Amino acid sequence: MPSSRTTAIAAVAVSLLGLVTACGGGSSTTGGGGNSHAKTLTYWATNQGTSLDDDKAKLTPELQKFEQQTGIHVKLEVIPWDSILNRIMAATSSGQGPDVLNIGNTWSASLQATGALVQWDDATFAKIGGKSRFVDSALGSTGAPGKPPAAVPLYSMAYGLYYNKKEFAAAGISQPPATWDELIADGKKLTKNGQYGLAIEGANNSENAHHAFTFAKQHGGDFFDAQGNPTFTSDAVVAGVKQYIDLLGTNKIAAAGNAEYAQNQSVADLASGKAAMLLWQAAGGQLKTRGKNPADWGVAPVPVQSGTPGQGTNVDTMVAGINMAVFKNSGNLDGAYKFVKFMTSDAEQKTLCSEYGSIPPVKAAAADPVFNTPELTVLKNALATSAAPLPQVAKESQFEDLVGAAMKQLFADAAAGKPVTLESVKAKLQAAQQQMQG
Amino acid sequence: MTLATPRRAPGPEHPGSGRTRPGNRITRRIPDRVRRRGLPYLLLLPALGFELLIHLIPMLVGLVMSFKELTQFYIRNWRTAPWHGMANYRVAVDFNAPIGHALLHSFLVTCSFTLLAVGLSWLFGTAAAILMQDTFRGRGLLRALFLTPYALPVYASAITWAFMFQHDNGLVNHVLHDQMHVAGQSFWLIGDNSFIAVVVVSVWRNWPFAFLCVMAGLQNIPRELYEASSIDGAGIWQQIRRITMPSLRPVNQVLILVLFLWTFNDFSVPYILFGRSAPQQADLIAVHIYQSSFVTWNFGTGSAMSVLMLLFLLAVTAVYLLVTTPRRRHARA
Amino acid sequence: MRVPRSFIWTRRVVLTLLTIFAGLPIYVMLSSSVKPLADVTGTFHWIPDNITLSPYKDMWKTVPLAHYFWNSVIVSLGATVLSVAVAIFAAYAVSRYDFRGKRVFTITVLSTQMFPGILFLLPLFLMFVDIGNATGIALLGSRGGLILTYLTFSLPFSIWMLAGYFDSIPKGLDEAALVDGCGPLRALVRIIVPASLPGIVAVAIYAFMTAWSEVLFASVMTNDETRTLAVGLRAYSTQYDVYWNQIMAASLVVSVPVVAGFLLLQRYLVAGLTAGAVK
Repeated sequence: MPSSRTTAIAAVAVSLLGLVTACGGGSSTTGGGGNSHAKTLTYWATNQGTSLDDDKAKLTPELQKFEQQTGIHVKLEVIPWDSILNRIMAATSSGQGPDVLNIGNTWSASLQATGALVQWDDATFAKIGGKSRFVDSALGSTGAPGKPPAAVPLYSMAYGLYYNKKEFAAAGISQPPATWDELIADGKKLTKNGQYGLAIEGANNSENAHHAFTFAKQHGGDFFDAQGNPTFTSDAVVAGVKQYIDLLGTNKIAAAGNAEYAQNQSVADLASGKAAMLLWQAAGGQLKTRGKNPADWGVAPVPVQSGTPGQGTNVDTMVAGINMAVFKNSGNLDGAYKFVKFMTSDAEQKTLCSEYGSIPPVKAAAADPVFNTPELTVLKNALATSAAPLPQVAKESQFEDLVGAAMKQLFADAAAGKPVTLESVKAKLQAAQQQMQG
Repeated sequence: MTLATPRRAPGPEHPGSGRTRPGNRITRRIPDRVRRRGLPYLLLLPALGFELLIHLIPMLVGLVMSFKELTQFYIRNWRTAPWHGMANYRVAVDFNAPIGHALLHSFLVTCSFTLLAVGLSWLFGTAAAILMQDTFRGRGLLRALFLTPYALPVYASAITWAFMFQHDNGLVNHVLHDQMHVAGQSFWLIGDNSFIAVVVVSVWRNWPFAFLCVMAGLQNIPRELYEASSIDGAGIWQQIRRITMPSLRPVNQVLILVLFLWTFNDFSVPYILFGRSAPQQADLIAVHIYQSSFVTWNFGTGSAMSVLMLLFLLAVTAVYLLVTTPRRRHARA
Repeated sequence: MRVPRSFIWTRRVVLTLLTIFAGLPIYVMLSSSVKPLADVTGTFHWIPDNITLSPYKDMWKTVPLAHYFWNSVIVSLGATVLSVAVAIFAAYAVSRYDFRGKRVFTITVLSTQMFPGILFLLPLFLMFVDIGNATGIALLGSRGGLILTYLTFSLPFSIWMLAGYFDSIPKGLDEAALVDGCGPLRALVRIIVPASLPGIVAVAIYAFMTAWSEVLFASVMTNDETRTLAVGLRAYSTQYDVYWNQIMAASLVVSVPVVAGFLLLQRYLVAGLTAGAVK
């Protein structure tokens, strides 16, 4: 900027800047982009526990173990879910970010497309013990097919049907439902006196998208075709989505108020007895925190049309979980690999996953008896045999938001008593598909 | 009605002096002895510096981004993103296509929301300020209560209202349905009533600011005006109409514009009330653009939409100022 | 002065309605902040069945509330002081001087009030990174960076408002001072500023609240160390639960100083323009 006046302005601005930062007491940016710092790492963890503090309390001892082993100090920042995407985007665009970070596994392909994450080819995987250590379904959610994974699985979860054993017994239902017809029948028996058969988190985009995926699969459809083009309006997808909405709308086994649930109210409802069933990921920890006696609730596989979960149209859950990724711009790649190796080691996997109530994606750790609780056994089985990864396409987060939002509106219509038909569902999905850009 | 000539005019009347002639930088408002020609520029320098740094230069960069295909594939180095020409804009204004259609819908919703919310905020604020001009017992306490919503963090206010608007356990339904039996148990955070919900929260948060500004503006009105007019037999309502409101005009001009811009651009309230995806009936444009850009990594399109929004606001402001500043030789803006 | 009954009744009705409107959510906050979480998420009761002060204790731990509060105070006060100072100078220039480019300046500054935050959020972020790399001054994740950003947000309105206030102070006042040998800056400080105190206070409140409640930029520009309240409060809404009672308790507690500040400053707002006014 050549002009002298602008230089004057710049000079004033910079001096004021100096003044302001001096009294501002600011800290420097997170991590170092490009600067080598062999003795430190910056780690962005997602909120997996009951609060940010809880996460810090769980992770800090492990980080200290790591420091003792390797001498590398890990600077931990636990980022709430509503900020993490913004922060990742900012870090990606500026090149200044953490060294290692957690990402939702469904984001893997989207983030992979930015090119900011380290690609885990076989050589890199060898640094942490090789690909074969990990469960296949978890590996399926680490990046676009045909490309090396962009992240390493850290915690795995799956959906299960959580149900209230007491209420089931009181209604005379001896076994949890295995097909949707059974679920609806059971739900109707349980829906009386202000209580409902099923709780649904109807205003949560991610939950909606996850269930839509599973239901569509059970009708033989997919949201994206083999080339990665959206196919939201195929008959199978439309039928699947409508089936889910109907649980609240036509079948009325979920309370109308569920249409605005977005903050885990459905789990609260299951815990308090207002609802008898819930489709949720690894809810055990939450139920425990809410004071529910583990003997009072049970977990069954999510129903499928045929009654026996498996692959193809018998898929009953998407592969849920958290992956760990390394920023290419990290100033301490070696340290980052060591850290990933540490966090995916059998011992750490056992500690962390049992604390968080999730399932280790590492085969050896998952075999540990501590993960053989009734709840985790069901979920482990699902992950191993009847889970499918969400479409690993670059536009995955668009898909979740657009489809999830469309379903939120459909739930609102159903709750208000407006009819939800195959046509109206198709129209909403069509609008969503057309808004998928690029 | 004889009015004493107001000593302090509520507007920038420049009786007599202040005529600029080209080439004559300093007018006769400041004595010639003070030959500090550079002084005004020096005084403006800090403001200009900050504006350049924080507003103008980033805005230009954003403008450039709107002409690029800036998606997650290119975000690592936005300068190398391919040029898209007007494609982002075309997508945004193609009202027959879904994206443009959604944007237009969001824009219309935001316009009606803003008009309603600003109107009500201004009305409540002015009414309260005028009615509380005279001392009465408890006035200080009431003033404190009225200002409190403005002092509360926006997250707290919005989340409290979200809490109150809950379908099952919210206070609003509890009062309307369970206790007063005037309405069915409706949804406020989704569906048709969501528009009302967001207007209510916006007015609740913003009317204290109008109250504050009008209160300050009322101080500027000389007592003599009221006294003189009451001698002439004017009643309170007449005084309000003939003295208070016209005197408040400069304050109102600024206040309404600022409220309008604030409300139109409001991101926090709808985001906290409705989360990432707002119901169609309350799809305010700030969240809509955020959804279309940040969440979907489409910064090019998001920037284009923001630029369009900016152009609209500039146009509205220009028209507004033209219409509301009569008889001013030196337009202040 | 005779005050007609219609006025008195209007006043009573309107103020009562406004009191209910303003007060109801505050009552909800108060009563919810002393209920245990189960009561808060259950059916709404006007009077709490069980009263507990544990939200007020737990809220400091669930989220580092004191730290966030301190950050917010630093950032907001810093932004306010600087914004008011810069605005006073600029408004003085706009009000008292005619100079080439004045119109351009006022139009430009006013138009920046309209910039949607999302448009320049990312570019501003990138610019801070560039400045950080070029000069070593870390603006990202620092309170200074936020202060700079926020003071600029409130500048347009502040300048405009203050210029209006200054305009309403008769030129005769400072002309007299200048004739007496006072420099223009002294005239500004000694005469204009005291006379426009209500306007300055209103502008200061506006600048403070702009900084205090800004969410979008704070969520991107801060890290653990420097996170402000506006963003930090959202952390009460966790993966597991929304700690309603703690949110209410925390909001009330952090708002007490702000409301107290408002009350203190009210005096300036309603004090007449008595300092040295020419009648």
